[in-house]
Amino acid sequence: MRTVRFLLQKEFRQIFRNKAIIAMICVMPVVQLAVLPWAADYEVKNVNLAVVDHDHSTFSRQLIQTVTASGYFRLTGYNDSYQDAMHLVERDQADLILEIPAGFERNLVRENQQKLFVAVNAINGTKANLGGAYLAAIIKNYNQTIRTELVSGVTGDPLHLIEITSSNWFNPLMNYKVYMVPGILAILITMVGGFLSALNIVKEKEVGTIEQINVTPIRKHHFILGKLIPFWVLGNIVFTLGLIVSWLIYGIVPEGNLAVLYLFIAIYLVSVLGFGLLVSTFCETQQQAMFIMFFFMMLFVLLGGLFTSIDSMPEWAKTVTRFNPVRYLIEVMRMVMLKGSEIKNIVAHLIIVTLFAIGLNALAIFNYKKTS
Amino acid sequence: MHAVKLNNLTKVYGKEKSVAVDNVSLTVEKGELFGLIGPDGAGKTSIFRMLTTLLLPDGGSAIVDGYDIVKDYAYIRSTVGYMPGKFSLYPDLTVEENLSFFATVFGTTIEENYHLIKDIYIQIEKFKHRRAGKLSGGMKQKLALCCALIHKPTVLFLDEPTTGVDPVSRKEFWEMLKRLKQQGITIMVSTPYMDEATLCDRIALIDQGKILSIETPENITRSYPDKLYAVKAENMYALLKTMESYEHAASSYAFGEYAHVSFREAISEDTVKRYLQDSGLSGVELRPIDATIEDCFINLLKK
Repeated sequence: MRTVRFLLQKEFRQIFRNKAIIAMICVMPVVQLAVLPWAADYEVKNVNLAVVDHDHSTFSRQLIQTVTASGYFRLTGYNDSYQDAMHLVERDQADLILEIPAGFERNLVRENQQKLFVAVNAINGTKANLGGAYLAAIIKNYNQTIRTELVSGVTGDPLHLIEITSSNWFNPLMNYKVYMVPGILAILITMVGGFLSALNIVKEKEVGTIEQINVTPIRKHHFILGKLIPFWVLGNIVFTLGLIVSWLIYGIVPEGNLAVLYLFIAIYLVSVLGFGLLVSTFCETQQQAMFIMFFFMMLFVLLGGLFTSIDSMPEWAKTVTRFNPVRYLIEVMRMVMLKGSEIKNIVAHLIIVTLFAIGLNALAIFNYKKTS
Repeated sequence: MHAVKLNNLTKVYGKEKSVAVDNVSLTVEKGELFGLIGPDGAGKTSIFRMLTTLLLPDGGSAIVDGYDIVKDYAYIRSTVGYMPGKFSLYPDLTVEENLSFFATVFGTTIEENYHLIKDIYIQIEKFKHRRAGKLSGGMKQKLALCCALIHKPTVLFLDEPTTGVDPVSRKEFWEMLKRLKQQGITIMVSTPYMDEATLCDRIALIDQGKILSIETPENITRSYPDKLYAVKAENMYALLKTMESYEHAASSYAFGEYAHVSFREAISEDTVKRYLQDSGLSGVELRPIDATIEDCFINLLKK
């Protein structure tokens, strides 16, 4: 125990002398949480819309007004021909073309039906998809409005309609930030735990200090504990900082019990640190460690359910995500922070992450040698 | 009991089975200052790393301070001091922090063994709040020596401690080693500098993993088989060329501003001088000299 204490003292001294690490620990959570959720937003706004109006009627004007008033679209072109509008698309000034045929109002009133044409620039898939869907929804809505007006004007009877109202649970305003922040926080903790521990141990190899340590009576487990504990503490600090930032900026307060959250983080950090340690046993230089960590980090993030829902992945990808510790953290973070899940709801997650922690650390310790 | 005893110690590296240490056997007595002398790549560091339990031998055995290097590695780690060739203290910790860290790691304090390092530490004490990484080369060596000594090791392994150190610091360093020897610490030191060999009690000349000779430096130089001459001429290159083609010359090689030459049989100095002058060399000087360790080494290598 005494040895571990001295190792910790030395380790913390070195960490606090490393200005870059201190800056990263303080600045990274603040900046990433303050900036990323605003940018990493799935909501599609400012879709550029070009309208080709062959009708120039009251109805067509009303329709255009309804569309632009929705706030999702920006009218960037009001053209007389489809070709002109297409030029706008080619020059990337329009994402959608809405073509209103001649006689739109007349036919709608007389024949009770009319067709509109929507062309979508599908280079940006998400934007095209959502923009098209928004436009369709708006037009449908508009359609209902005018039908109600026309029909009830004629018969005097109210039209029978099914109205659908939905309510969004756990994130009532469908705010993407609420969804993103816990995920980003999860990535942050993984980065601090994994990267710092891996790089730190490899640095001892690179500088050669590990040689000197290896000829001392320091035992293997002392050395490893001396390396893991500081970064476990740092991980918790970063997590706490992140919670404070998300409360200050986004007003996100964990719905669930903070103790449950910290319990999970405590075990999770042990598993990530074990992963960092494992990587460090394979590497001789910090550059190698950095590359390997980046490789896994990309996998962890993209297959962790932060940006894309795991449910919509193909089966093989779903299987891969089961071996991704980050996935469990992101899930638990969202469950506890947004849904207020209790400890009994995350038992399965706890068990899996505990297994990760044991397995990764065991592998790392097995692979770490004092003698070559 | 010997302080260090190597018995056919062997180390083979890699898939191509290159032999770095080839059946090396030697003994170092208690309190001895033993030098391992050889060029880069001779296997000095491999021997040191095996003796300090950092490397597992592929054959043979060794005993350090009565403990087997494989079986009793834990004992050896707490009893020996090792100073690797490359500076390997924490550059981001200060001089004092490094020293007290290594003291506490061995379960001792700076105060307890201060008498051992006093002479050395005094020279760097005024920089004790400076980070180790910001020290000059010579001071780094002194700090590393202090750190290797702070737990009062029974055997001290110094791997090329003077490589890359200026001549004045080198001289100081060897004086420090002599004083440590007086304290009863066995010291095993490796160096590629032949001139440092004479400062050891006994030396082992090593090349390509093989021991060429183990003797006191005096005996090694005394056992040089031929009479050796230092020859000088105005045109050094022409001199070496001429000597090479001289039928009586056994060996000749540049040695500072002189060429060291030995002959196949006893030959008078005048004969050689006349030959050189006849070959068109001017300013010819010739005098008999005692062989140095380097001459012996070159001679042993030729065999």
